[in-house]
Parts: sequence; C-alpha cells; structure tokens
Amino acid sequence: MRYAMVIDTLKCVGCSDCVVACQTENDVPIGYCRDWVVEAVAGKYPLVEIELRSERCNHCSNAPCVRCCPTGASHIVEGGIVLVTANECIGCGACIESCPYDARYTHPEGYVDKCTFCYHRVKKGELPACVSVCPTKCMYFGDLDDESSEVSELLKKRKHKVLAPEAGTKPNVYYLI
Amino acid sequence: MLTRRKFIKISALSAAALSFGAGSLSLLAKANKDPYALKKFSRFPTYCEVCFWKCAGWTHVDESGKITKIIGNEIDTHSNGRFCPRGTGGVGMYHDTDRLRVPLIRVKKGEEQTFREATWEEALDLIASKMKHIKEKYGSESFALLKHGSPGKHMEHLFKAYGSDTIGEPAYAQCRGPRETAFSTTFGEWVGSPEPTDIRDTKCLVLIGSHIGENMHNGQVQEMSDAIDNKATIIVVDPRLSTAASKANFWLPIKPATDLALLLAWIHVIIEEELYDKKYVEQYGHGFDDLKVHVQNMTPEWAYGITTIKPDIIRKTAREMGHASPAVIVHPGRHVVWYGDDTQRGRAVAILNGLLGSWGRRGGFFFPEGLSIPKYPHPKYPKPNWSWETLAEKYPLAEMGITNEIIRSSIPGEAQEGHLVKAWMVAGTNLIKSIPNKRLIEDAMNAIEFMVVVDTMPSDIAGYADVVLPECTYLERYDGIRSASHRHPSIALRMPAVKPKYETQPAWWMAKQLGERLGLHDYFNYKDFEEVLDWQLKQIGSSLDEMKKIGVKNFDRKEGNLYLAEGEIFEFNTNTGKIEFYSTELEAKGFDPMPKYTPHPQPPQGFFRLNYGRAPMHTFSRTVNNPNLHDLMDENVLWLNPKAGKILDIKDTQYVWLKNQDGILSTFPIKVRLTERIRWDSVYMVHGFGQTNKSMSKTYGKGAADTEMITNIMTDPIMGGTGMRGNFVMLLSENPHKTDTKNKKVI
Repeated sequence: MRYAMVIDTLKCVGCSDCVVACQTENDVPIGYCRDWVVEAVAGKYPLVEIELRSERCNHCSNAPCVRCCPTGASHIVEGGIVLVTANECIGCGACIESCPYDARYTHPEGYVDKCTFCYHRVKKGELPACVSVCPTKCMYFGDLDDESSEVSELLKKRKHKVLAPEAGTKPNVYYLI
Repeated sequence: MLTRRKFIKISALSAAALSFGAGSLSLLAKANKDPYALKKFSRFPTYCEVCFWKCAGWTHVDESGKITKIIGNEIDTHSNGRFCPRGTGGVGMYHDTDRLRVPLIRVKKGEEQTFREATWEEALDLIASKMKHIKEKYGSESFALLKHGSPGKHMEHLFKAYGSDTIGEPAYAQCRGPRETAFSTTFGEWVGSPEPTDIRDTKCLVLIGSHIGENMHNGQVQEMSDAIDNKATIIVVDPRLSTAASKANFWLPIKPATDLALLLAWIHVIIEEELYDKKYVEQYGHGFDDLKVHVQNMTPEWAYGITTIKPDIIRKTAREMGHASPAVIVHPGRHVVWYGDDTQRGRAVAILNGLLGSWGRRGGFFFPEGLSIPKYPHPKYPKPNWSWETLAEKYPLAEMGITNEIIRSSIPGEAQEGHLVKAWMVAGTNLIKSIPNKRLIEDAMNAIEFMVVVDTMPSDIAGYADVVLPECTYLERYDGIRSASHRHPSIALRMPAVKPKYETQPAWWMAKQLGERLGLHDYFNYKDFEEVLDWQLKQIGSSLDEMKKIGVKNFDRKEGNLYLAEGEIFEFNTNTGKIEFYSTELEAKGFDPMPKYTPHPQPPQGFFRLNYGRAPMHTFSRTVNNPNLHDLMDENVLWLNPKAGKILDIKDTQYVWLKNQDGILSTFPIKVRLTERIRWDSVYMVHGFGQTNKSMSKTYGKGAADTEMITNIMTDPIMGGTGMRGNFVMLLSENPHKTDTKNKKVI
C-alpha cells in the first residue's frame, strides 16, 4: 500500500480551507501550519498565468528526514506515511534542514511536527481533513499500489508533476497540471 | 494566505522558545498519550453566520467541553458537507479573546468619554427608556434599525412591534440591490440568495467582474469546480487576473468602467448572427424588435474603442455563449454597486440571459423552491406613519431600506421634513466599513441622540455607541430556522454547542427583554427560543428534537418543475407577463427602457482606479481579528502593476499611504504587492482591513480600508445603490500623518 495525494491545480482556488481544516482537526497552534497554499505567477499582463497549489509533507518513499533522524522519531508506518513520534524527538532540527519541501516546523512544545496525512482518520477509513473539506474537491487521496484507485486513475489520465523531483525523494504528493 | 516566507519566520521564533526549555516539560506530559488515538466528540447542528451563505454543519465539542471544529452537514444544499475556510475557521470567532464580554455604557468624565461595564439590567433599562423617550418625543419611526444577519432578524421583530419600519441593511444598496431590480424588471423575479445558477450543469459560464473563488460563496465555488470538470467554457471579464480568470478559457482584461459597452456589443452579435434562442424569445420575450434596433450600431468595433477588447474576441465569446444556449449563465454578480448605472448594467446581463434562453433552463437558471416557515403567533405590527420606503421615495424601484438614506435622514437639514431619524440600533454590521463616505456617517452619528450596537466583537462601529450589547457567537445560541430556497426546499437548525462565554447573550433574548420592558409582551409570548422553534417546526412536520438529531431536513418540491418544459405556457411576473427586453416598468418610471452605455470618468494623471474585492478567508470586516483567519491573511495588500511601480519607484512589499481624489488620506499604510495580475491603470485591495478599534488587538492598524477612500458615490437613480468604483487614489511613500516640522504642528 502506498498512500498518495493528488491535487488538481486547475480546480484549486487557493482558498486555504485545507490549512484551517488541518489546524482545527490536528490542533495545530495558531501561527503554525502543516499545510499551506502557494501562488505562482508567470508572464506579463495580460498574458499571465497563475498556478495555485496546496502543499504539505510529501510523505516521500525515499525520505531524507527519516534517514537523518538521530533518534528514530521520524519513521514510516503502513502505507508509507511519514510520522514523528513527539516524545522521541529531541527537536534537533536535522529533519527540518533535510526536507526539500520545508514541510516541518518545531512545535512550541519543542518537538518537530508536520502533516500526518491525518493518520488517525485514514486508519478509520476516512479521508484526511484537508481532502474532505476542500470546497472545489480538487484534492484526492488513495492508494497508488491499487491500480484502480481514483488517484491511480487520475495519474494515468492526466498530465501531472511532483515538486522538486531533482531531490530524488520520490514524493507522494502529485499535482495535476 | 500562509506562505513559506511566514512559515520560516515562525520556525525561527519557536526555536527560541525551545531554548527556554518550554518544550521538555510538556513532552513528559505527552509521553503516554497516543497522538493518533481518536478523540470523542459530541456534535451539535448549526448553520454558519460568518457570511450570508448560511451553510449547515456540525459543531464538534471534545470531552473537555471545548469547541474544536466545525464540519459541513453532508445533506445540506448550501455546503454539501464542505465548509469554506471562513466556516471552518468559525471556531476562531468563539475563541477570540478580544470578544465583547459585558454590556458597556458610554460615560463622560469631564471632557473625556469612556465606556464603563454595566449589568444587563442597567443596559437594557437604559435602552428601553430611550426607546420610550424617542417614541413619545418624535415617534417610533425616528428610531432606526441598521442590521445584518441573524441578530438583525430578532431586532427587526422588536422594531416592527415597537412601531418602526425605518430599517435598512447594507446588503441591499451597498451590494446586490441593482441586480435584483434588473432581474425583476426583466424576468419579474429577484435573483435571490443563494443564486439559482445551475453552474454544475452549465456549458458556458460568463462572469462580469464576479470573482468566484475569491468570493467563497460556497455553492458557487463548488459548482464552478464541477463546471471545470465538465469542460464548460468559462469567460471572465475583469481588469484583474482574478482566480476565476486564471481558470477561464477566455479572460477579457477590460478597461475598468466599460462593461456595459461590452454587454451591448455581445447583445448586438447574438442578435446579428441569430445566435439567440428563437423559440424561447418568440414565446416569452417582449420588445425584441425594439432591442434589435437599439443595439444595431453597438458593434464589436464600437465596443473595442471603449473596452479595449478586440472585436474578434467579442464575436468569438458571443458565439461560445450562443452555441452553449440555453445551458449558459451570464452571472448576475453579487456586489454590483459600481458606477451608478448598475441596474442598467444588470439589465444588459438579464437581457443576454433572456436572449440565450437560460432563465428556467438546465445549465442556466433553475426555479428555486423554499419552504415558508410559519411565524410564531403575535398581534399585527402597528402601522408606522413613515418608514424606509418614505426615505427611499426618490428611488422609485427601491425594494428594501437604503441604509445610506436612513443615515442621511439622521442629519438635520438633510432629512425630509418631519422624517428626522434620532436614534439607531446597529446589529450585526460594522457600518464604518460597510457604508462608503465616512464623513456622512460621522455627521449622522454626531447628530443622533442615542445609538446601540449589538455585536460579538468590538468593531469600529461599537466605538461610537452609547450602549454596546455583547452578543454571543452563533456557536452559543439558537436562531431562526434557516429555510433554504434551492433545487429543493430544505431547513436547517442552529443550536448552541456550548454555553455563552463571558456575559454574552443571544439577540433573541435581548429583543425579548427589551420588548417586555416596552410593554410588548404579546409579541414575545414564549419562555425561550426553543419554544418558538419547536412550535414552528411542528407546523411543518418536524420538531426541535428531530432537528437536533439531523440538523438539516430536505423536502420534495411541490410547486412546479426546476426548469421550463419545452414550450410550457409560463407567465412572468412583469407588466406584460413576458421577459421584458424592453422594460415597460422602467419606461413608466421615466428611465431608459433599454440599457445605454454612458462613459464614466477615468483616473486623472497620477491616480489609479481603486478596485476592491474579497479574499476567500475573510468576509465583510468581521473576520479580520478571528485568530484562525487572521493567521491565513493578517493584512491586505495593494496590487499594483510592476510597470506602474517602476514609474513611481515603488518597490514590492513597500508600505504606502493612499490619498484619494477628494484629498482623503488613508489612516494606515498598506503594503504594495507588485503583480502582473493587474492592469496598470487600477489598484486592487481586499475589503475589510484597516480596523481602527484598538480593542481588536490582532488586526488593529493592519492594512488599509477601501471604504475610507470611497468618498465619490455614484448613486443609482433607479434603486438608490451606492456606486463605489469611481474613486481614484494616489500612492504616497512618505507618511502624510507625520509631524509637519516646518509648521511645528502635529497634523
């Protein structure tokens, strides 16, 4: 099983609902975030385009954060979800430095925190909070090892990209473009 | 929007916190806790009060009694189980520590004026005595209610019972009024809210300055996404590359203030090339031949010189609409008070829809149906001697109270003889930000004898009140049943998830308390609002107990179909019973029966047109201090084209002050965002920032207020809408409020 998120940038309006939903679902303190929205602008008026996308931990198959963690706090569980065990984390920040996506932050309580793909919900068969709230339904979540899953079908059908492929991390968040 | 730049800043801060050892202790506490264990929640039905869309959902409360999250109700037609960022962030409205906590009464200490905390008894007694006094001295009509949303509804009942129908809300003359008049003079129906636009099934969606996606009108945003999935053609007319424009197949970067010329040219092409729905127009239309003659010279070439949109693009987009007909929506927009000829522009939009046959058709506009909720029994309201209608007389097609006319009527010398307003209650609306021309409001507030503000937050307007009543948030109270007019009728319940925080109270309670003090017991003949709701719900085959469990109840349609059947005999509610391309009503009232293009002033040298709009995470000016939403956007920025920035030597992220055509200066500076997404002749900012009340600790002084710069009001002569897009600003790099050293005088 390999969990992945597929995000359709053609539908995303950049509203940041995913960010608030994550914040309230996961009790992320005010002033911090596990996911965020990026607006990329290209061209000159009036020949100008924008891309809006919701970003987060890519739950990489080749995760540098897990490799560099000195205590084993950063680890991978079923479905390839990358997690941090708060009480094993010493807050050294090595993982923060190693992440090409800048997806981790130090929680005010001292440990490193990040997106969990809403592991607690996924275990129950529910969708991550961000996916379930998105008003444009531009976010999809599922198992890439299952060829008939919605996410697999979308990647077969649609043009897509990942972020920072050059980092060789094998990210599991895909963007439809 | 949270950006990585901000994120990094925050990481650095928290590293500092770590060095104080704040983390280690709590880590011990965390040691035995499984962070992925499932929390137990109780959930309570509600519908959202952050904006006007009123999405129904569930407030989740954890074991400790804390409100943690709000999730959409899956069977709700307004949200389909998905709340927008403001609705999801509604929890912040409850948790905001800057909330109003106790009633406040203005007191004078010598020259100083200040608020003192008061008991509910004191505050309510004082308001009731003032209401009696105004009634005796001037008549109840002189006590006006300016309101919005649920608290407004409770107060409206109180005011009508008391004998005043001097009632208005900014949602009309400062927002969607013109389109309602435009559509009712064309189709005999208001557009209404939520808009009955069949976006999910449309083949062509046309937006005129309407920025769906930045306006988070939930159902519209959701269905626009469906339309993208369905490969519908999207055409967006906007001088700015809005989010919607970035999704469009055609973006028409129009010169601001010229939209009506484009609409007329489209009508010209659609008639000229016979792209209209002939059967529909023949069966339902009135005045087609007059319209044909009227637009015969309004060619795309004519419009090109005005709008800067190339003739071939005008033709091509008109053909897209024609080919999609009748599954096409030329969207009526929502905030449409722009240039004072807004009803006429709305008419052009309505006429286009009529030609394309989209009214009452799949993929166009459906016929919505709602359930009428019986009113809890009470005696008839007394008939006031004059009302909002009297004050709006000079606008013959005004259909709701015109807030700015009520405000003007509060100024002696400006008011009509015998119709002077002497006191206000302001409930659920921050007038300072919602009404243009601050000077007028300030003059009016100086003139009136008494003013009450009902709010959850110490908004700008609260600072001017004589008495401030702290309302609890929507998560802590009952309110009226939300009856949705949609593809099918549905109702939703709002109930408290927790007890009101501090000493706050719901507006229904305030209205009842005041009513009883005024001897209006018969109008408030119930113990509490649960009794009212249960009675109402039982009349329509439900009950409070049932609704507490399900939150939303859907009903089958009873009154006809969602769409017109082929050739169906249908009478429109206009004078002719037809879709009026030629408006007999406008003609009878002395207005142009068909829309004409009028040029509007363009910005003079050195000035930019001020455009404003919404951000998805904020609404009105009431969310800017909400901790969750403030986190997403903590200030507004001024969009400026990089070319203009280069000429003015203004850099990205630099702060500037604004000065408008009337010499009005912005109180606070605003950060510049150089972006290719905007035309060089206009600037753009998000509405609602620049709060002046220091008690709003998170947002005070952040960003600038568009409303402050809006002093040139272009009033719609047909319905009284306040056109606000004819204001021009200059950008100042130096602080104009600084001490003037030459004159040694503090300005």
